[in-house]
Amino acid sequence: MSEPIYRANVLVCTGTGCDSSGAGSVIDALRGEVERRELQGEVRVIETGCRGFCAMGPIVIVYPEGLFYCQVQTTDVEELVEETLVKGRILQRLVFEVPHSQQAVPFYDEIPFYEKQQRITLRNCGVIDPESIDEYIARGGYEALGKVLSEMSSEDVIEEVKASGLRGRGGAGFLTGLKWEFTARAPGDVKYVVCNADEGDPGAFMDRSILEGDPHSVIEGMAICGYSVGSSEGYVYCRAEYPLAIKRLRLAIEQAEEYGLLGDDIFGSGFGFHLKIKEGAGAFVCGEETALIASIEGKRGEPRPRPPFPAVSGLWGKPTNNNNVKSYANVPQIIRNGAEWFAAIGTPRSPGTAIFALTGKVENTGLIEVPMGITLREIIYDIGGGIPDGKEFKAVQTGGPLGGCLPASGLDLQVDFDSLRQAGAVMGSGGMIVVDEETCMVEFSKYFLTFASAESCGKCVPCRVGGRRMLEILTRITEGEGTPEDIDQIKEIAKGMDSDSLCALGQLTPGPIMSALRYFEDEFHAHINEDRCPAKQCVNMISYYVSPETCVGCGMCKRECPVQVIDGERRMIHIINQDGCIKCNTCFEVCPFDAIVKLSGGEIEVPEEPIPVGSFGK
Amino acid sequence: MVLEETKIMNDETVDLTPLDEVLEAFRDERGAIIPILQRTQEIYGYVPAEAIQHISKHTGNSVAQLYGVATFYSQFYLERRGRHIVSICDGTACHVKGAPRLVTTLEEQLGIKAGETTPDYRVTVEVVYCLGSCALAPMAVIDGQVVGRLVPDKVSKLVRELE
Ligand SMILES: Cc1cc2nc3c(=O)[nH]c(=O)nc-3n(C[C@H](O)[C@H](O)[C@H](O)COP(=O)(O)O)c2cc1C
Ligand code: FES
Repeated sequence: MSEPIYRANVLVCTGTGCDSSGAGSVIDALRGEVERRELQGEVRVIETGCRGFCAMGPIVIVYPEGLFYCQVQTTDVEELVEETLVKGRILQRLVFEVPHSQQAVPFYDEIPFYEKQQRITLRNCGVIDPESIDEYIARGGYEALGKVLSEMSSEDVIEEVKASGLRGRGGAGFLTGLKWEFTARAPGDVKYVVCNADEGDPGAFMDRSILEGDPHSVIEGMAICGYSVGSSEGYVYCRAEYPLAIKRLRLAIEQAEEYGLLGDDIFGSGFGFHLKIKEGAGAFVCGEETALIASIEGKRGEPRPRPPFPAVSGLWGKPTNNNNVKSYANVPQIIRNGAEWFAAIGTPRSPGTAIFALTGKVENTGLIEVPMGITLREIIYDIGGGIPDGKEFKAVQTGGPLGGCLPASGLDLQVDFDSLRQAGAVMGSGGMIVVDEETCMVEFSKYFLTFASAESCGKCVPCRVGGRRMLEILTRITEGEGTPEDIDQIKEIAKGMDSDSLCALGQLTPGPIMSALRYFEDEFHAHINEDRCPAKQCVNMISYYVSPETCVGCGMCKRECPVQVIDGERRMIHIINQDGCIKCNTCFEVCPFDAIVKLSGGEIEVPEEPIPVGSFGK
Repeated sequence: MVLEETKIMNDETVDLTPLDEVLEAFRDERGAIIPILQRTQEIYGYVPAEAIQHISKHTGNSVAQLYGVATFYSQFYLERRGRHIVSICDGTACHVKGAPRLVTTLEEQLGIKAGETTPDYRVTVEVVYCLGSCALAPMAVIDGQVVGRLVPDKVSKLVRELE
């Protein structure tokens, strides 16, 4: 406890979002400036994990005041230190402004993005230095492990987790306590604990943020699980694309070993627990638990039929408990605060919180944690700040490539495992993508299908072939070659994949298309029957014209056109040669006068060749 | 000229000594094929055929088994890659914000398909899925550097500047 007491702590988020917007150099600059002014004895600069508000990164928070500065660049650092750390004033220009109202909100806890959030799983993320076990311990870390080992039997622990109602955060929402009980009861003296940190959903990064921002919470949760199921060895299976998460986790494991919180005979209790990291190698299907286990064993990550479930026969054929990162991260708090505390959060059937990577067409993108039971509208409009650029909300997609979408009529739906599933979307592993009128739902479904079918491991026919066939049909539709029978075909293939695939990858691959068909079938019909893409995205069905009334003949489109199919001199109405146009959208974006018209189905009248501005129709 | 260079590079024999250290380190570990291949790729930038033979000899895993694993996981490359690696994110957030257009732009500019390397080994373009920087969508990683809020023009310029 010989650490000096600091007058101010400057927390800089080094989560992926902030890091890629330059947090690293901001930290260097801050440290440099603090030293230059010889403040290092009073002011401490701390690197933290993700704060969630990635759109506003790099984020710097100054405590004790809780001042929230956003989009901080190295060039702001000198003034920030001068104003806030020396003179104690707020530097207005770095303060967050609410979109639309432009109201300035200087303090972290008053920002609307955080107001409706309830940070439980992420409580330490962005608050502590993830590379310091002491900071984790100072926030109550490893208390739960201590309590479990000194006061509770393994049955007590399982009962407590069961009573909390915690459901697995890996997607399916299976009761965690029950799963632990299965593993505990399975015969065998060697058992394993596995953490699924494969996070394959191509729009989600919460598991990564936890591992990067609060790795000890996962380690503690796994050790508690090990004690309750009777296992002394655990594996974290983390995708190799997350090098920082792996590095921090490795460091955290070393620290925990040093402190005697991992290893043999923890706290003199006789219980020992060892943890290893296995890096994934890029295969979505390895998120499926039996495939994941095969991959840890060094094999091709192909799923196998269940039963037997891993709880009975998993890694190396031994009883194995597998949970998601978030499931484990919740456990220490459940033990510390009691099952009733947890059960009181959220809804009775889905207690606790949900974490989403809120992205796409919303003002405030980032990582959010909300109590279960909140509505989608609250998430998208209150936390997300609504749709930018005055555009219309069209759909929200949850659950990634194995999930589904919901239209505006679903906005008042409660977010929990069961209501989302009923409506055709799923909780999934946390991606939440908002799309506006500019997204074509046929193309959007095709995107997910492309992903899922490419990731099919090929072991079972319905998934391998079904996905392919369905993709061919969708490709045809987006290219304007669809036929009215296509929709029935899709539905039939989907039925087969759902009932006959070996694992949930194949069973759920049709999810995004089926939900798009359920809510946006007219868009499919427009493509098939009218050769029209209502969102004006499918390139084979759109054309670009220069509006002869609006064009001022500035020549911008002509200069920027990469294939040079635009004709016209200055002050002449420009003409796009339809045959050569590659529909790259460049002219549409660069025209300063909004004179480019994008059409799908139909055409507008334009002159045959360039004529002087103002002479059209005269 | 370009062709000649390629040939010379391809004829280069693979020095297997650094691999022995890796094999030694994983000697007693169960199920170590994946980490061995990962370390191999760290050494050579890809997994050369010679290395697979060598690993097979030392671990007792058949060559077929090793290829089975190496081809299953998208992380492993069996061919040499470019001096510069451009990874365009086509995760969901980047996708709805225009990632496909970035990919087609580069494909046209370089005359290769995503996943391929230019014949002079200058650039490899690949598509990846969500790197957790969705707030910067659409984004790419060029030689380990994250570049965000991309438009076709910008990515095209950045790639042109790669020597
Ligand atoms: C194709 C596929 C991918 C999956 N990916 C993940 C993943 O990335 N992370 C995860 O925790 N669970 C994933 N799952 C679910 C796991 O199979 C398993 O149900 C989960 O890890 C159990 O943890 P939980 O009980 O804590 O939810 C995936 C399932 C399938 C079929
Ligand atoms: S989708 Fe591209 S970074 Fe997340």
